[in-house]
Amino acid sequence: MVGYVGRRLLQSLGVLLGVSVIVFGLLHLTGDPTRLLLPLEAREEDVRQLRALLGLDDPLWAQYGRFLARAVRGDFGLSFKHQVPALALIFQTLPATLQLTAAGLGLALVVAVPAGILSALKRNSLLDALCSVGVLLGQAMPVYWLGLLLIMVFAVGLGWFPAAGRDGWTSIVLPATALGAFSMARIARMARSGMLEVLAQDYVRTARAAGIRTFVVTYKYALKNAAIPLVTIIGLEFGILLGGAVITETIFAWPGVGRLAVDAIFSRDYPLVQAIVAVLATLFVVINLVIDLVYTYLDPRIVYVRSAR
Amino acid sequence: MALLSVEGLRTQFATGAGTVRAVDGVSFAIERGEVLGLVGESGCGKSVTSLSIMRLVPPPGQIVAGRIRLEGEDLLDKDAEAMRRVRGARIAMVFQEPMTSLNPVFTIGDQIAAAVLAHEGGRRRAAWDRAVEMLDQVQVPSPGERARDYPHQLSGGLRQRAMIALALAPGPQLLIADEPTTALDVTIQAQILDLLRRLQAERGMAVLLITHDLGVVAELCHRVAIIYAGRIVEMAPVARIFEEPLHPYTRGLLRCLPHPSRFGQPLSSIEGAPPDLRGADAGCPFAPRCPLAIESCRRHEPALAERRPGHFVACPVAVV
Amino acid sequence: MSVTATMLPVVARPRRRVSFRAAFGLGALLLIGGSAVLAPQLAPWDPARQMLTKRLRPPMWQAHGLREHPLGTDHLGRDILSRILHGGRISLGVGLTAVTLSALIGVTLGLLAGFFGGRADALIMRIVDVFLAIPYILLAMGVVFALGPSLLNVILVMGATRWVQFARIVRADVLSIREREFVAGARARGNRPLRLLLRHVLPNALTPIIVVATLELAFMIIYESALSFLGLGVQPPTPTWGWMLADGRNYVATAWWLATFPGLAIMLTVLAVNLLGDWLRDTLDPRLKV
Repeated sequence: MVGYVGRRLLQSLGVLLGVSVIVFGLLHLTGDPTRLLLPLEAREEDVRQLRALLGLDDPLWAQYGRFLARAVRGDFGLSFKHQVPALALIFQTLPATLQLTAAGLGLALVVAVPAGILSALKRNSLLDALCSVGVLLGQAMPVYWLGLLLIMVFAVGLGWFPAAGRDGWTSIVLPATALGAFSMARIARMARSGMLEVLAQDYVRTARAAGIRTFVVTYKYALKNAAIPLVTIIGLEFGILLGGAVITETIFAWPGVGRLAVDAIFSRDYPLVQAIVAVLATLFVVINLVIDLVYTYLDPRIVYVRSAR
Repeated sequence: MALLSVEGLRTQFATGAGTVRAVDGVSFAIERGEVLGLVGESGCGKSVTSLSIMRLVPPPGQIVAGRIRLEGEDLLDKDAEAMRRVRGARIAMVFQEPMTSLNPVFTIGDQIAAAVLAHEGGRRRAAWDRAVEMLDQVQVPSPGERARDYPHQLSGGLRQRAMIALALAPGPQLLIADEPTTALDVTIQAQILDLLRRLQAERGMAVLLITHDLGVVAELCHRVAIIYAGRIVEMAPVARIFEEPLHPYTRGLLRCLPHPSRFGQPLSSIEGAPPDLRGADAGCPFAPRCPLAIESCRRHEPALAERRPGHFVACPVAVV
Repeated sequence: MSVTATMLPVVARPRRRVSFRAAFGLGALLLIGGSAVLAPQLAPWDPARQMLTKRLRPPMWQAHGLREHPLGTDHLGRDILSRILHGGRISLGVGLTAVTLSALIGVTLGLLAGFFGGRADALIMRIVDVFLAIPYILLAMGVVFALGPSLLNVILVMGATRWVQFARIVRADVLSIREREFVAGARARGNRPLRLLLRHVLPNALTPIIVVATLELAFMIIYESALSFLGLGVQPPTPTWGWMLADGRNYVATAWWLATFPGLAIMLTVLAVNLLGDWLRDTLDPRLKV
């Protein structure tokens, strides 16, 4: 077990290293980062100075080394626009994003998991049909459109919820709904098919043959098996939602990292962009690592199989 | 009164390609403490028969006719909760594939304990102790430790023993064993059969043993019923079947067994293939493959009749 | 005949000849695709033409609506319907190109990873993990911004970030096919690896590739619109659905049709592609069922 955990940790570190390469590479994509960092009319003199200052004349691997050394310490430089350490800015805005993402995911789970399970139990019923339609629409609907629609109907039209900003508990409802909707569709599908697959298994038949109550068979025996793939999905969904948060925050003017990122990109605030990508990617990797470990608790076969190799 | 009495059971599956008549008029009885073997090829309806008795036929299957009496009570009349109480406590079932038939995410101790709790309630501790006791009875070494194992950690033989322990824990009067040894190695097969025989004798339990292996039948059973195309074609005490098989199908089956006396001769087989169970053809289902078939065989379905004392055959031609 | 699934309720469903969903999806897709291709002929107006006297007119069934502008006009007096038709060209065109690109990259890498295994496999899979770790939007935004927003860059970025889906599925398939007897047989006859790959392995992996491609197309359409919405996609005056939505955002309270119709177009297109993809998957390869 320890070996497995150790291996996964190493793997995660490897991924983070790769991410750092990409983040570093973003700046150098065009070959000359000064283009991105300075206004277009900058003087030759300034460009040279900047190059010297940032050490851009050094070989690439040296620059990367410096970048990595600083990044590990949390130093991504100062945000150009805000003139404060990039990481500090991120930590200020991250809670808002996490709150939104958690709310969206929470909402999605609360709605989709029972819906998926129930439609598996009552296959081909009206509930199942409705859920299928819901899933289809949910998967096709772009999150930004849903956001706009929600604003039009509930904020402008009915006035129940505010259209923007982060201000009291009502303000999270619309953005969380918009964000969660896309996940809802996928989670519901996963829950339904997972449950169907489990219910068709032989061990469910054995449990029934032993006279165990249907309620126990469904909600204890079958569910634990069906939960396993569901848990992995949650990790993936969190990552997807983090990405979706960028757009949702823009529409609802939610003061989170996503909005900060869009703003940073348009202000050509590259240190900040680098820092955001790095932080979010790390978050994602960590979450998936945790999910993996939870998975091994749920499914005793995994550790056994892996360690037997 | 017989412990279990099946009368005219018909179970059908409504598929897109027609209605499959998996069980087509099966009748037999099992006495207390008796071991009845149900023998037939794959797809002949033996598993469906056993699932029908337990009322666990998977959709789109349905029992469409017949009676299944357990100590006089018709199981088909019972509601869901009453049936649940029958399962496990009065009739239990052991399946063929122990790997897939046990829940991979629960320990075997948990699973056996759950079977106990389902019928007797009580404390979990007590149920766990019973589970360990059962594992001991099925001769699992170090039962206390093994009970904490997960199914994938056990060998095939141990898993099957665990399944048997699970089935017997609530103390049923009838055990249905659906090909309990087919998926196991030959040496393990022998052990499991021994175990079954011992348990059956100790508990005075009735057993419905479903198998395609006549050797297994010879070892364990008191009586045998041969099933073909969803119908019983011959039923008799074990010794009689081997001494004097009457139905042409039974004879064919026995001839298929390699026998020292026929050493050097080519192995024989029954020509043709089992019929499509969707057919509503009149007449004896075995007629197309039967070496003794005459014209009337194709027109009139033969009924199961007692041709010798205790020996029933569904063939007018065979007994001459 | 299997004897499982004892817990599922019985509902007899007659088997249909043609799946309703597939027919709907295919039909809708043909309609959308057709109108995209024929947009210059079908659109009543030039999508870039500003008719400032007819700004912000509602759809024709509402008061103040005009017959000649069935879906209304935007804040610069441009006809919404025409813009939607032309926008479809961009969305579908970009989507198809990007999918092809990401398929090429992903399939190649997946084949290499699966077939050669060992170090190559480990390396490629690590790269896949890295790409999966970074939220695609941020990556796309960063790259598009570094290279400048343009049609080509959008396609490049989308192709270069989504190839992982193809790589994974192809690799999985290759791994399983590799073990099968007929490949071993071909190998025993002395076929060179490349030939083996192309002639034996690839055709079998084709089915899941097609299915994934269809589903990815749906994703690309949303992705491209998202980038446009954020201002990082194809630039004006070329109308794209995402850009129209961004415009519409400013008029949410006053002119609901600006934002609604482009979004509806996106949704219907994606729905159609999804339905088609689902049907393809169900008929061709049920293993991929989510």
